[in-house]
Amino acid sequence: MFLDASGSSPMTNRTLEAFHSGLADGWADPSRLHTESRRARQLVDASREALAEALGSRPEHTFLTQSPHLGIERALAGIFTARRGRDRIVASAVERDATLHAAHHLTGGNVTTVPVDRLGHVDLDVLAGELAVPDVALAAVQHANHEIGTVQRLDAVAEAAAAAKVPLLVDATASIGHGPAPEHWDAMVANPADWGGPAGLGVVAMRPRTRWLPAWPEGDDWAPGGLLVPAVLAAAVALQERLEQRDATQGRLRGLVDRVRSTAATWPGVDVVGDPDERLPHVVTFSCLYVDGEALLSRLDREGIAVGSGSACTTSTLEPSRVLAAVGALSHGNVRLGLHPGVSDADVSRLLALMPRVLADLRAEAGAPEL
Amino acid sequence: MTADDAAVEGDAPVTVDATGLLCPLPIIELAKAARGLGPGTEVTVLCTDLAARVDVPAWARMTGNDFVGESETDGEGVALTVRLR
Repeated sequence: MFLDASGSSPMTNRTLEAFHSGLADGWADPSRLHTESRRARQLVDASREALAEALGSRPEHTFLTQSPHLGIERALAGIFTARRGRDRIVASAVERDATLHAAHHLTGGNVTTVPVDRLGHVDLDVLAGELAVPDVALAAVQHANHEIGTVQRLDAVAEAAAAAKVPLLVDATASIGHGPAPEHWDAMVANPADWGGPAGLGVVAMRPRTRWLPAWPEGDDWAPGGLLVPAVLAAAVALQERLEQRDATQGRLRGLVDRVRSTAATWPGVDVVGDPDERLPHVVTFSCLYVDGEALLSRLDREGIAVGSGSACTTSTLEPSRVLAAVGALSHGNVRLGLHPGVSDADVSRLLALMPRVLADLRAEAGAPEL
Repeated sequence: MTADDAAVEGDAPVTVDATGLLCPLPIIELAKAARGLGPGTEVTVLCTDLAARVDVPAWARMTGNDFVGESETDGEGVALTVRLR
């Protein structure tokens, strides 16, 4: 039972069929002139159009690239390069590593991170203050957080960015496919694998007004070396399917997460992280005192339950999760659930029934005092 | 923290040496040491796993105690102090 659908999600039959038909019909190099290539190109163009519509973008300003990570890097680099003379990037403290690493690389470390509150919302006063300084090239604030699910108040963020005339990059890699696309952005990045499409594809949307310059040798080619055409087609079909099921599925998953949040809050020594209301429908993290994250994940895996973790202990970097540290949560014993449409009420019930015993066992093994 | 809380004098300050231990062991040692100590007592944990800088304040919040602060140590790592309620 797979409860780790944040960043990747099982593909439905319809998505798999689209991928297979993409292999059969879109095997040719879409950049050439003959009939076979034209067919592959048509598949990419039609898919791009569908993706652009779902993102609230225009096809000619929607760029496909080989990963969301690369999309973030290129969107940042493209805008930064067009903002000559401004050399600082302002980002929220809960951005993805991809964003912060790219920002540090571009600016030689001239990055300001804006703190978030206990629920994970960016501090708007600090943000506005930073953006008011005229050396800022761009601001990066995510739509929703992939670990704790909190959705940012992008209308206010965008207002602050617009007031300072600073372009806003919105990382929507955790949210597209799980609710309405954000409206407030100058550039936006989406991750098809997160909504049940294949991995190995990233989508970047730019507003027509957003200035960017290629900071890479391939000019306006965002996917040097070419795209996997079946992946592009399957990504568009998967998003279409999510949007069709939106109301029913998201409501159900939201209800399941509510149940997880309220139940986990009753377990001793457990802290439920993130905003209970302004959040993704399908993501929740709770952290458990006195429990080693790796032991917890392994134990659940032996029970046939796959969950995610933000624990330092499981990533073996010895660096606590930046996101969890930013909201004041424990660095260890974290369980992140990402629910996909195939998760049943009974699956969640089974996890909730099992957890108190798992926690008691692991705490006893670690010699932890009673809570 | 109110003036009344500060006025509560606990037992003599306690130091827990958790150097070399990885999370979550430093806060397990902290929790063990805190048992049986009176309200107002200050407990300082010496840690080399920097995750403890996140975990000790979170532990204080989750267990209803107060995080006092962080200070340097003579060796590597940090000293993190809580006051028990």
